[in-house]
Amino acid sequence: MSLRSARRASQVFFTLLFLWFCAVSTLGGRFTELSGWPVNLFLELDPLAAVATLLATHTLYRGLLWALLTVCATILLGRVFCGFVCPFGAMHQFVGWLGMRTRPTAARLAQNRFLPAQNLKYVLLAFFLAAAALGPAGGGSLLAGLLDPICLAQRSVNLTLLPLFERLGVAVRGEPRLTREALAIASVFLAAILLNLHRPRFFCRFLCPLGALLGLLGRFALVRIGRTPEACTGCTLCERACEGACEPTGRIRTAECVLCLNCLADCRHGAIALSTRASAAGEIPLPDPGRRAVIAAVVAGAATVSLGRIGGATGATWSPSLVRPPGALAEEEFLSRCIRCGQCMRVCPTNVIHPAGLEEGLEALWTPKLDFRAGTSGCQHTCIACGQLCPTAAIRPLRLEERLGTAEFASRGPLRIGCAFVDRGRCLPWAMDRPCIVCQENCPVSPKAIFTRPVYNEVRLPEPLVVGEASGQRVGLAAGRLEPGRFATGDYFILLPSGRRLRIRAHGEQAIELAAAIPEPELPPRGSPMAVAIRLQQPHVDPERCIGCGVCEHECPVQGKRAIRVTAENESRHPRHRMTL
Amino acid sequence: MPPADPLSRREFLRRAARAGLGVALAGGLSAISFDAAGPLGLPPEQAKAGLPDFSLPQTAGRIAIARGAERRETLSLALRALGGIESFVGRGDRVLIKVNAAFASPPILSATTHPDLVYELARLCFAAGAASVVVTDNPINDPASCFALSGIGPAARRAGASVVLPAESLFRPVSLEGGTLIRNWPVLTAPLTGVTRLIGVAPVKDHHRSGASMTLKNWYGLLGGRRNLFHQDVHRLIAELALLVRPTLVVLDGTTTMMTNGPTGGSLSDLRETRTLIAGTDPVAVDACGAELLGKRPEDLPFLGAAEKAGAGTTDFRRLSPREVSA
Repeated sequence: MSLRSARRASQVFFTLLFLWFCAVSTLGGRFTELSGWPVNLFLELDPLAAVATLLATHTLYRGLLWALLTVCATILLGRVFCGFVCPFGAMHQFVGWLGMRTRPTAARLAQNRFLPAQNLKYVLLAFFLAAAALGPAGGGSLLAGLLDPICLAQRSVNLTLLPLFERLGVAVRGEPRLTREALAIASVFLAAILLNLHRPRFFCRFLCPLGALLGLLGRFALVRIGRTPEACTGCTLCERACEGACEPTGRIRTAECVLCLNCLADCRHGAIALSTRASAAGEIPLPDPGRRAVIAAVVAGAATVSLGRIGGATGATWSPSLVRPPGALAEEEFLSRCIRCGQCMRVCPTNVIHPAGLEEGLEALWTPKLDFRAGTSGCQHTCIACGQLCPTAAIRPLRLEERLGTAEFASRGPLRIGCAFVDRGRCLPWAMDRPCIVCQENCPVSPKAIFTRPVYNEVRLPEPLVVGEASGQRVGLAAGRLEPGRFATGDYFILLPSGRRLRIRAHGEQAIELAAAIPEPELPPRGSPMAVAIRLQQPHVDPERCIGCGVCEHECPVQGKRAIRVTAENESRHPRHRMTL
Repeated sequence: MPPADPLSRREFLRRAARAGLGVALAGGLSAISFDAAGPLGLPPEQAKAGLPDFSLPQTAGRIAIARGAERRETLSLALRALGGIESFVGRGDRVLIKVNAAFASPPILSATTHPDLVYELARLCFAAGAASVVVTDNPINDPASCFALSGIGPAARRAGASVVLPAESLFRPVSLEGGTLIRNWPVLTAPLTGVTRLIGVAPVKDHHRSGASMTLKNWYGLLGGRRNLFHQDVHRLIAELALLVRPTLVVLDGTTTMMTNGPTGGSLSDLRETRTLIAGTDPVAVDACGAELLGKRPEDLPFLGAAEKAGAGTTDFRRLSPREVSA
């Protein structure tokens, strides 16, 4: 097998493995479900995620240590990750090949010429690393996740491709899942893929900050592609399929070489070789994005995070609508870790975690946010899946006891992600004289955080009611009519002048049957007025008990803007957001 | 300017034919798709008949009360007192067991049908010759989580029964004849297809809105759509459910009763050991009997009176002379 075939096989293998890991990232013990698959493998092999979180937090969390493997391989062999492993790179290469394969050689040579714009990725890398390292309070922001190829691909497959397949009836588990922001996320993904028709591996050549990092790391690679001028006839065939546009015909730009090894396979004169010696035809070992551009990018990176903080999103003007998953760190720390990979959203069994849109600010774009209307039943309070899967501990792995506030966590109480508020202008029993309390029924904690207080509201009637004959369980009306059956639901009462209320069991237009007999002394005399009242249980929230799970909001029958809504108030992760004593 | 080439006859005919075809196509397509009325706004009501009646005339009005702490034992005792499972399930019957799997909650919290009951009931059905046993519910919490955490899913599969999780395609609109609430409402009917016996199994639970959640309230779990709206008239809704769903048998599990904080519970302190299991063919009578476990009288639960009045059964369960057995 030639090296090129090995590279192709490796790309197919890792791409399929990547897609498989995305597909099985759902809770469950079957082999088509999570059941122990290392579904974070690609994110953990990604040195950009590791380096950026290292710069932001000065720690390397758990599986991110796997990135060391990629770093070492790159130091020794160059961008072998780009050529052999990266699934996003493989997708680019495949689409680029599709677009280029019928074009004449001259056109392909032109497309594979090095362009100074390829230095842009180093500038972007400088920007992202600066944004991570130079935050106002030590830790910066992991904006790198927006363009990091692994995060981008994982997010796009998790949140747009797989749900799209579900819609087509493939691999459906229950109802197809929703994703807020799906169109925006898919547009970025599709744009990155389609740009390959303009130039092969467009994203890798011009934009990929991970590729830039690996290109720099491979500066002293032991083996590299080189050309022997004596053997070379100058036919330029080696550049016909050059994926990195690294110019093997001239002085090879080693940082651009993605080790596709096409030049090696295409050269008919044995002039190109993978060798431990430097290229005899000369090398340009380091890119030259320009000192000014890099300095500008570093300043811009630091300024971006600072400007975000000046906006106040992590301070005084924090967004109450941004309810984070259980275990999410305080906002600054969260932003210094979240790579927007979408793993928490994919694994969430109730589909309640969604990528935040621009409404939560640029810095929070596509980070996880709970949307109680979209999920299947709020945030299940006995579930800790998202934190177990989060590759960077932006959502820290909780034990169930900690979430529930039991065992050694009893003194701290349950973890709160927010608090529910009743909107009394929209709530049916509060504003519309209708019984409901679906929210109370579904409140999962014990004792319930939602409790009710009964009130009896007099019903509006078209004409006043006047008592005729009253005895025992029966009241006849001398004046006024009732719409037959309307008040026989079990929720209506008659109000006696004594103040006593008696439940209506059944009634006709002018005859009422009560559930219990009227006490003799309280029998209303003929001609006395009578009122009908509805018994309402009005919901209240006990903030000591409410954990913000949002089942109430999800189940509220006022479906547009819910009459009970959870906001991030009182969330455990921020002592500053505390609401009660 | 030189004159253009005159059109040949053949060319003229060819062009005329093409143009004619184009005009005919455009005209035909317009004629086919012409809509003078415009959109209706909402689709017309698809009136659908109710559900099949699964009750057996020869077993009408039977009720048994079994006392004991071991569910599998009290279930067999109660069934024996009712004439044995064979009175309800015969060779070749296709059985649907409607459980209460509403919440993603472990069995110890008694918010859902106990897995032991599901297992034993499915096992007994198979032993009586049932061709298939299906277990289903449309829970409130995430369905997959509910069936997994409640233990109902594993228990059903262990007994050889299959579990049907709800999906939109499994519902179809149903109307109850004479009903005011269940009109053109989506009901989980697909699992009922081909079914010959329907058994409801529910725990006894406190319910703040309706007063109690027992076997009648359990049919709520067959409803789909915006069923939460029905809380606004919950008693009448339960009475309509009692008319819509006529089961072969219901089993009410009061081994442990959720006295407070229902229907979710969430704490052992919400539960009381009441060591009672009630089975019968009249769900109204069974629930009326079960109300006592919650310390309530049938008249405290308006849905029972409404169901009785509608002709779904009797709240005077003593009139049916319940067979009382103890483990």
